[in-house]
Amino acid sequence: MTEITHYSQVWAHRTPRKRLFMWLGWLALVALFVWCWQVMTENTIWAFVADAPRQAADIGGRMMPPRLSYLPELMVPLWDTINIATLGTLGGVIMAVPVAFMAARNTTPSQHILRPIALFIIVASRSINSLIWALLLVAIIGPGILAGIVAIALRSIGFVGKLLYEAIEETDARQIEAVQATGASPAQVVSYGIVPQVMPAFWGISVFRWDINIRESTILGLVGAGGIGLKLQASLNVLAWPQVTMILILILGTVVLSEWVSARVRHAII
Amino acid sequence: MDWARVAAGLERGQRFVMGFLSPDFASRWTDIRQGLIESLTMTLTSTVVGVLISVPIGIGAARNLAPRAVYYLCRGIIAVSRALQEIIIAIFLVAMFGFGPFAGFLTLSFATIGFIAKLLADDIEEIEEAQAEAIRATGASWGQLVNYAIQPQVMPRLIGLSLYRLDINFRESAVIGIVGAGGIGATLNTAIDRYEYDSAGAILLIIIGIVMVAEYGSSYLRKFLQ
Amino acid sequence: MLHLKGLGKTYKTGDVALSDVTLEVPKGQIMGLIGPSGAGKSTLIRCINRLVEPTAGAVMLGDVDLASLGKRELRRQRRRIGMIFQEYALVERLTVMENVLSGRLGYVPFWRSFLRRYPPQDIQNAYRLLDRVGLMEHADKRADALSGGQRQRVGIARALAQEPELLLVDEPTASLDPKTSRQIMRLLTEICAERGLPAIVNIHDVPLAQQFMQRIVGLRAGRVVFDGPPEDLTEAALTEIYGAEDWHAMRAGDAEQAEAEAEARARMEALA
Repeated sequence: MTEITHYSQVWAHRTPRKRLFMWLGWLALVALFVWCWQVMTENTIWAFVADAPRQAADIGGRMMPPRLSYLPELMVPLWDTINIATLGTLGGVIMAVPVAFMAARNTTPSQHILRPIALFIIVASRSINSLIWALLLVAIIGPGILAGIVAIALRSIGFVGKLLYEAIEETDARQIEAVQATGASPAQVVSYGIVPQVMPAFWGISVFRWDINIRESTILGLVGAGGIGLKLQASLNVLAWPQVTMILILILGTVVLSEWVSARVRHAII
Repeated sequence: MDWARVAAGLERGQRFVMGFLSPDFASRWTDIRQGLIESLTMTLTSTVVGVLISVPIGIGAARNLAPRAVYYLCRGIIAVSRALQEIIIAIFLVAMFGFGPFAGFLTLSFATIGFIAKLLADDIEEIEEAQAEAIRATGASWGQLVNYAIQPQVMPRLIGLSLYRLDINFRESAVIGIVGAGGIGATLNTAIDRYEYDSAGAILLIIIGIVMVAEYGSSYLRKFLQ
Repeated sequence: MLHLKGLGKTYKTGDVALSDVTLEVPKGQIMGLIGPSGAGKSTLIRCINRLVEPTAGAVMLGDVDLASLGKRELRRQRRRIGMIFQEYALVERLTVMENVLSGRLGYVPFWRSFLRRYPPQDIQNAYRLLDRVGLMEHADKRADALSGGQRQRVGIARALAQEPELLLVDEPTASLDPKTSRQIMRLLTEICAERGLPAIVNIHDVPLAQQFMQRIVGLRAGRVVFDGPPEDLTEAALTEIYGAEDWHAMRAGDAEQAEAEAEARARMEALA
């Protein structure tokens, strides 16, 4: 025997225990997946699924070519959509600012009452999609642009509020202390110590949300809340596929354009 | 603007707020339960399938790993998936596959691809190139390069993103039901159509509750896995 | 052993990194490559294993021209060349042992590397190498848990795991303190001597190069301007390589470092 042989020839990447846990973990995930799949597809009619490629080809065939002459009729709803997004963002931002200041640890007036309320407002607004807000609002205040604007605004509170309060919490404490040291009142501390620091973030977040809102407001009409979605809904109802294509192209164009605008603006701010 | 309509609506709004404050879980419980089960199973299956498909597409869409042609193809798939809204995809998939959670599952899987594959590809493009160079210098094949140099660097983030997407998919599952793709959204839609605001309030509270649990759960899990 | 014939590299931007480099490295020789930054040292060693594609000339390793190989054959030939990197280039989130075994990637099929089921003799050899570089007890730690000097030792073990016929070493001490730098250089030269392994070492530290190298090649603007034993590296030769000002500035820096080291040593002795 040479001296070399005392080096082990065995090496395991993980300890047996760890390996066992890993296998069990994967097994559990697969089992969960299979179970979920079965529950989910319990009522699925497989004949429809098998028929899907034919349906797709059929719809695809009907959709072409897009009906260009429909375009002029879409301009007013498109303008409505942009208004819904813009006014909704405006309203959302206005409501989000006080919520954010209440939610941020370093500016909240009361840690135990207002802060949890503000956080709940943020979570509630974020968990409910604008389409659901629109669904509710259409039922409450009736179909139309107003429902859309309010839905977008309510949805924006959570998004803007969350990002803004995080920005407020990340402000540089020394600058705030410096303002406090001058004997400033709490309101003065906020306006001189915090507002200047979060201003860029605030504009960035607002523009970003506006961009998302353009996207979301294009479909609000599906539940009756105004804008170009109304036309989409109407065209779908009468199976006017060439019109549907035209609307989708227009939506896609608007979304791409708004994304470009928002990216440019944010770039200019930062 | 029809102010009379708004005034009438205010009364209904009041009823809705009352319904939200005294939610009725009981009277529509079987419907709510069915919707929830559909939503949750749809969320899990679509996230798993979406992530599984996203991984090869994400690798293909990374400039530093894929040949030009594959790169453009994968970036194209991602762009299409991101540009189309879930709800519009759902409309078409419901038209093709019929009503129910299967169409919803397909919708969410498709949307997951755009999200995960894009972020994964961006992440792969930002890896430390030196580690990949060292593995390449040993004479490793392309598969070994991915397994040894790329995977260790991007795995933690991929897990984080998948958990985050799980959360998003649940929220979306509540929406696509409105156009017939199954899930809790369908139940909610029915409740609102019938002006049953107390049941609608209960459903919204359940959605908010699950989203909160999912959010805290996934951030805890991410910390645990780091 | 290694023969570079008229090697040239022009980047797509039009920058000429190397032109007409002809060098021969016989078996067992440790050759230092010095020159100012941007002289093409890094490009030169990367052209040898084609991490950078040369645009002219031939790279003969034994009888094989590496510059003309296809992809698959290149991978097979890369196994013969071990490489050690500046900043270690370990896969940080893998364990030390996985990093060392990754030197075997060119030899094992994908499934073995994927399942981490390496052949027993590879594992045995990896342990032997870890022992040689003094890291036996760190085998199952993650690479990012080690200090700089320890990481570079793992880098050396990874390169040796390939059972290479040639070592390419790119600034091995660039991110190490002077004491650790000397330890690493000593380890490298010892190992090369043990195995009769030729090595090309990129090095920016001239005194270190003079201390450890058997032969020094000076590169300036992509051309060889000096080739000889360390003793021949006179003031005039260094001025030729680095240009007058750079060389004096660098020497001043070295003098400072030497002073600092001497002081540190004196303090240690005082403590002892």
